[in-house]
Amino acid sequence: MTRISPARIALYVISALVLLYLILPVLIIAPISFSSARFLTFPPPSFSTRWYQEYFANPAWMQATRVTLTIALLTVVIATPCGVAAAYAISQSRLRIMRVIHMALLLPLVVPIIITAVGIFFVYAKVGLVATLPGLVLANVMLGLPYVVISVLAGLQSFDPAQEMVARSLGMNRLRSFFAVTLPQIKSSVVAGGIFAFISAMDETIVALFISGGQYQPLTKRMFTALRDEIDPTIAAISTLMTAASFMLVLAAGARQKKGG
Amino acid sequence: MLALVSPALLVILALIVLPVGWLAWQSIYHDGFTLENYRRVFTEDIYWRSFALTFEISLAVTGIALLLGYPVAYLANSVPKGWSILILSLVVLPFWTSVLVRAYAWLALLQRTGVINQFLRYLDVISEPLALVHNTFGTVVATVHILLPFMVLPLYATMQKIPGDLMQAGASLGASPSLTFVRVFLPLSLPGVLAGCTMVFVLCLGFYITPELLGGGRTVMVSMLVSRNVELYNQFGAASAVAVVLLLSVLAIFFAVSRFISLDRILGQK
Repeated sequence: MTRISPARIALYVISALVLLYLILPVLIIAPISFSSARFLTFPPPSFSTRWYQEYFANPAWMQATRVTLTIALLTVVIATPCGVAAAYAISQSRLRIMRVIHMALLLPLVVPIIITAVGIFFVYAKVGLVATLPGLVLANVMLGLPYVVISVLAGLQSFDPAQEMVARSLGMNRLRSFFAVTLPQIKSSVVAGGIFAFISAMDETIVALFISGGQYQPLTKRMFTALRDEIDPTIAAISTLMTAASFMLVLAAGARQKKGG
Repeated sequence: MLALVSPALLVILALIVLPVGWLAWQSIYHDGFTLENYRRVFTEDIYWRSFALTFEISLAVTGIALLLGYPVAYLANSVPKGWSILILSLVVLPFWTSVLVRAYAWLALLQRTGVINQFLRYLDVISEPLALVHNTFGTVVATVHILLPFMVLPLYATMQKIPGDLMQAGASLGASPSLTFVRVFLPLSLPGVLAGCTMVFVLCLGFYITPELLGGGRTVMVSMLVSRNVELYNQFGAASAVAVVLLLSVLAIFFAVSRFISLDRILGQK
């Protein structure tokens, strides 16, 4: 196996090209965002931070950023405990219905998002939640739940429930034994699940297109409209910032998960 | 225990089960029971064309993703651990950039004044810019880019479980490397192929942002039919019927495939 066959060389070349295709578009954004040109030109004529300045000086983009961060934070705060409680119940209970409930909690991953979006729009229109912050947060909680549930269930798989039994036999009640014994050991997967829910809320676009409006429009909705109507390099600056933010979060989540849980 | 799942379950019931149920109801009820919406979906030309185009694009994207993804997964499986981690990191890297960001990147690359056209003109390969985007081509290129990780990951997971001994056994019995690949490795990797293809195909069926931004309004996929019926024409019944047909197609595919491999495997949880 020491001699490299032609088939092997072909495999290397094809794989390298495919990997290039995968990462080139991600890398191309940053140089565009630092270019001075009004239109997309390559190579960029000169270095400039004007698109970042336009982003930070524009009240509409700033308002959208605040809305996005608010939604993402509230989503994590609500989706994480709900998801952890559900994952814990699913892993501990031997009730047959839990299997069905588990599948139901993964529905947001299965139903095409455009259908979910239109459905939520119709329901929200009836109850007056269109273009409101609670409406947006609730929808993102629903979309983020599967990530928390999957992550925490994975963490609970390597946890021995007998430990909690021991704590309870020593006199702790169920709630205290969960917080004292179980939670510290699955902390990493809880944090990772929360981070994934945050990223999911930060990136969510399609549901926002249907149910957001007025002053409550997240960044993604404004970006979508801007991309459809006219291509503005400010979006390259926003994209670069968003990409950097989500990479840092993913690295944090990855580091967390590796530490155990 | 049921009390612990109830908050999550309530959110799911209120925000996905109820809305989808509402859609289904709205598709058959308008001042009384009616199948008019479905009649339109199944007989009117624009609906048919859009469904046909969506299935064609999804098939093409799945096929291309398989052709591109298989070698990468194979390579990641056959190199030392450090290298395979690097390859897989590069595969999932774009996964964590927003779909909007990637749509922007592809516009920047494929436009008439985009990077690729400028580069080719600089090299004197072309004199007129090529129409690379705002058409089906641009949609497919960007869609494959977004869905490729969903192909590579299940393929890699399946390949990892194929015992190396089997390949050695094949070689020791006198089979050439290509013969052992075709007779031993390829058949054993088929569950991964099925899982990856299912995920890519199903996700592509419901794609919205990418065709909307890169299709230039001419590549009308089913999802765009749904949104236009709601936003432009206020045809809620028609939008609902299209959504129901799309959802049933997706569920039927999952159901059919789950007879061969477990759903957990398709959804990438194992």
